[in-house]
Amino acid sequence: MAADIENKVTTTEKLKTEEMILNMGPQHPSTHGVLRLELELEGELILNVKPHIGYLHRCFEKHAEAMTYPQVIPYTDRMDYLASMYNEFGYAIAVEKLLDIKIPDRVEYIRVIMGELQRIASHLVALGTYGADIGAVTPFLFCFRDREKILSLFEMTCGARLLYNYIWVGGLSHDIHHDFLRLTKDFVDYFKPKIKELNDLLSYNKIFIERTANVGILPLDTAINYGITGPMLRASGLKWDLRKDDPYSIYDKFDFDIPVGDGRMGTVGDSWDRYFVRVLEMEQSLRIIEQAVAQIPEGDVTSAIPKRVKPVVGQVYSRVENPRGELGYFIISNGSVNPFRVKVRGPSFVNLAVINELCKGHLVADVITILGSIDIVLGEVDR
Amino acid sequence: MGLLDGQFTDDNIVISKVEDLLNWARLSSLWQMGFGLACCAIEMMATSASHYDFDRFGVIPRPSPRQSDVIIVSGTVTLKMAIRIKRLYEQMPDPKYVISMGSCSNCGGPYWEHGYHVLKGVDRVIPVDVYVPGCPPRPEALLEGLLKLQDKIRHESLVKKTA
Amino acid sequence: MKTTEEIFNLLKEKFGDSIIELKTDVPVEHFITINPLEIDKVCNFLVSKDDLMFDSLMNLSGVDDANGETQKDEADNNTIVGGTLSVYYHIESTSIRHKLVLKVSTPRENPEVSSVAEIWKAADWHEREAYDLLGIKFLNHPDLRRILMPYDWEAGYPLRKDYKNPEFYQGMKVPY
Repeated sequence: MAADIENKVTTTEKLKTEEMILNMGPQHPSTHGVLRLELELEGELILNVKPHIGYLHRCFEKHAEAMTYPQVIPYTDRMDYLASMYNEFGYAIAVEKLLDIKIPDRVEYIRVIMGELQRIASHLVALGTYGADIGAVTPFLFCFRDREKILSLFEMTCGARLLYNYIWVGGLSHDIHHDFLRLTKDFVDYFKPKIKELNDLLSYNKIFIERTANVGILPLDTAINYGITGPMLRASGLKWDLRKDDPYSIYDKFDFDIPVGDGRMGTVGDSWDRYFVRVLEMEQSLRIIEQAVAQIPEGDVTSAIPKRVKPVVGQVYSRVENPRGELGYFIISNGSVNPFRVKVRGPSFVNLAVINELCKGHLVADVITILGSIDIVLGEVDR
Repeated sequence: MGLLDGQFTDDNIVISKVEDLLNWARLSSLWQMGFGLACCAIEMMATSASHYDFDRFGVIPRPSPRQSDVIIVSGTVTLKMAIRIKRLYEQMPDPKYVISMGSCSNCGGPYWEHGYHVLKGVDRVIPVDVYVPGCPPRPEALLEGLLKLQDKIRHESLVKKTA
Repeated sequence: MKTTEEIFNLLKEKFGDSIIELKTDVPVEHFITINPLEIDKVCNFLVSKDDLMFDSLMNLSGVDDANGETQKDEADNNTIVGGTLSVYYHIESTSIRHKLVLKVSTPRENPEVSSVAEIWKAADWHEREAYDLLGIKFLNHPDLRRILMPYDWEAGYPLRKDYKNPEFYQGMKVPY
């Protein structure tokens, strides 16, 4: 379709065209936060996209140098605010590697259950807002209704709906409620038919397929060179998931698949593939939760929490599989109670850099489609 | 017709003060500008969704500042963004109201001490009517903030204030 | 799959003096220190050699080592004179599944490192961030300018240990 329009533009020689710069400013209903995109247009065709970020830079790394190790955890929550449990998980694992302590099994199982529930909640927001950007408002309401059930499970455990401060270095802050496992099993049984409902509403809808198939195709070698990870990389065809390729915690005890994009509606690596990989990932997360709930042992969740966190001099880079990609923490310690340097490798920061390549040759309305399929959270881009 | 249906015995003439009528019209349909910055924006979206419906109070999200009455500043305001917020506030037509949602836009939040790029409170650039505390505030807290704003509008007056 | 020691020996015989040392006594990771102006040649070799194939850059971070001496300047603030700024590179191979950590150190007064943005496009934004927050200049970078702070921020490089906040920025009071 883009090629037809280009032909029409070049064959009308009598028509004089000029390039125009359009600003999709920091306040925009569809940019998922405060992101500024400078578009160079020729008519409706895009020649160049320049992203400007930094409108939410909240100085996380400077705060981490001033606080003690356990005090940093509420700040890590607020970076990727849609997947807070995973941010805390990644940080706790990194500090535990520096301290070299062993965690009780019950803590590991609860962390995995919380992480996978958080993955489903985060994907529900991504899919709901993606539909709302394209114009379908009903899936947005359905996804948020299901997300409220997960948030009430979290609220029962630690009291907060969005930013938890639950996973601490060496353990957890509270044990789970005695009804939690039964209600989680009920949620899993309730949610399985809802995925089918979402597919009927949105995934196989003809208008949705017209808008998203063959838009923003990402070839595999470009993706690896740009450092793309997460569902975006899996949609381009590579079966790469840190839970299987570089296992952390107890993920090697569970049995689950890695969904990969196969281009059934268009080409491998287009926006529909990126969307559908997330739907399939939600199903796999339900499988992990079922297995974890069945195998969880008894124990004490606060027994391994150290009184004072003071690691040896050294450095570590540890990474986990966020719902958006590879979240890495690089921590340098100089032997005191404050970290010397904490660098966070946010997946959205790295994934956003490729938007110029993806948008070239498309129309202005496709920028929204492509941006929604990358699934960024500005708190993680700007830190 | 709702509340007013079948309430009157005579037809057609309703006596009221002009102020009461204007204030009632304004507070029942406050259209908000969708201005979510950070984590509080997710709680604002959850308030607009079906569990804690915002629409039953007459609040609809509008994309442009020229068509909205109230701006809910939800999330951390950084120095880079504060200049743009001032511009957006000046683009809204009168009468306009501001709700500051969350601890970051009230006073800087958890970033007050070492945040070199955080503006400590949005009231350093625009005037605020209602402050809603919390980090993030629950949807019920945001609804209470909205009700307090409606209370404030109910007591507005057209009469010039004399000493 | 190769260990860090084997890769160190391979690099030492090809590049000689540019490879400075291999540090193994610090927990948890071992790293190789390299001359900052030769890092792009070394990385080209690491990407293209058949049994190494490091095609993915996981992370690039700038660090203020703060190993100079602290002095007081005329406004009675602490400044650090001398010492180094460092950059750490974490790379891995998606086909052979091995990882490597590299480090370069430059003097604090005039920090200059060769850019690797032509080799891995992922390094583009990471290097802009290291320039923005720490002031490290990357030679041959396609577009080196500030990325997170405002473009007209005059007050220096925020993540350095001796950074001091300005009082006002465009009419707004910055401290609490």
